[in-house]
Amino acid sequence: MKLAVLSGKGGTGKTLVSVNLAAVAKNSVYVDCDVEEPNGHLFFKPVEIKKEKVSIKIPVVDEDLCLGCRKCVDFCKFNALAAIINKLIVFDDICHSCGGCIMLCPSHALTEMDKVIGEINSGISEKVKVISGILNTGEASGIPIIKELLSKISAEEKMTVIDCPPGSACIVMESIRDVDYCILVAEPTVFGLHNLALVYQLVKLFNKPHGVVINKWMAGENLIERFCSDNQITVLDKIPFESELGTINSDGEIAAKSEKYYGLFSELLKTVVKEVEHETVTHS
Amino acid sequence: MKIAIPADEKVLASEVCMSFGRAPYFYIYETTTKMGDFIENAAASSPGGAGVKAAQIVVDSHADILITPRCGENAAEVFKATKLEIYKSTLGSIQNNIDAYMDNKLAVLDQFHAGFHGVGGN
Repeated sequence: MKLAVLSGKGGTGKTLVSVNLAAVAKNSVYVDCDVEEPNGHLFFKPVEIKKEKVSIKIPVVDEDLCLGCRKCVDFCKFNALAAIINKLIVFDDICHSCGGCIMLCPSHALTEMDKVIGEINSGISEKVKVISGILNTGEASGIPIIKELLSKISAEEKMTVIDCPPGSACIVMESIRDVDYCILVAEPTVFGLHNLALVYQLVKLFNKPHGVVINKWMAGENLIERFCSDNQITVLDKIPFESELGTINSDGEIAAKSEKYYGLFSELLKTVVKEVEHETVTHS
Repeated sequence: MKIAIPADEKVLASEVCMSFGRAPYFYIYETTTKMGDFIENAAASSPGGAGVKAAQIVVDSHADILITPRCGENAAEVFKATKLEIYKSTLGSIQNNIDAYMDNKLAVLDQFHAGFHGVGGN
């Protein structure tokens, strides 16, 4: 079973929920797709780390072969090439590695070259396999790293929790593509509600079964609860706004390992598993 | 000699556009004939790399001088391969800026920003 944990903004509690779900599932896999600032490993402190580089293909030009026809320049939707006084300039940072310029070049002046954009670290923390993607600072897109991360777990049978990047852009779409269920983490603020509405739109567009976890929950009128009831979205759990939980989390400890919070996250896991099984029955 | 200026509108009384890459138009002025034309900036609506494409358009217009409030690193990289000189615009219209350049009142622009890439996420 593959679960994705997402939210419209950073700091809402994606990592809190993902790490603790993977921890209570025990024999599980935690995948950190928040490649711009992966932090799940700070909680798991995995050992036996294996590192591998992730690279993309970028075009390089052989100026002796370039005819200056500009087919590549005109083709590139991202404007990663410029032809100036018969000199072709390639902007690596803008290139999306589609390979179109290389296919179109009539004189074979363009060829592919590998460019390292980040790495994947895999390790073990008790019974949890911890896999993190890391994008090098300054690189334009983490999507190639996410594709590589997800190809590693495509045949995974164990409970897999994917900690997504914040937002609802391409990089999040890539992260949820193959999951069975999306957990939307939201905090009860106006900003939190706005961002929840964005990711809610996204999971509906992708036709993914989903439910909401309200983090930093306090008794009383709650913006997120009202949004969920208006839109008939399941509220999976409410994580209370407590300084004890905040302290455990900011100390880099896994809350579910404490007696007090184990129940909260194991109940959440049970609820999600039930939801996924229910979806499988109703859609088959 | 040709001067290029990013423009908000197709009139000489228009303000110089605050953005180089995403300016709707460029005014291309020929100093010898004292005539000029507005050309569309096809880069304005690009999903990305607008600075590179806009620089390509300016270079293709055979401009020798660019007057702009600011310019990104990628566009500057394109211009580096040419003899084009960049001057910083002052407040006022396109016409004011051409006059200021002709009177040697504009300073060379030599600070290039890292761009506003990825705003909106992709």
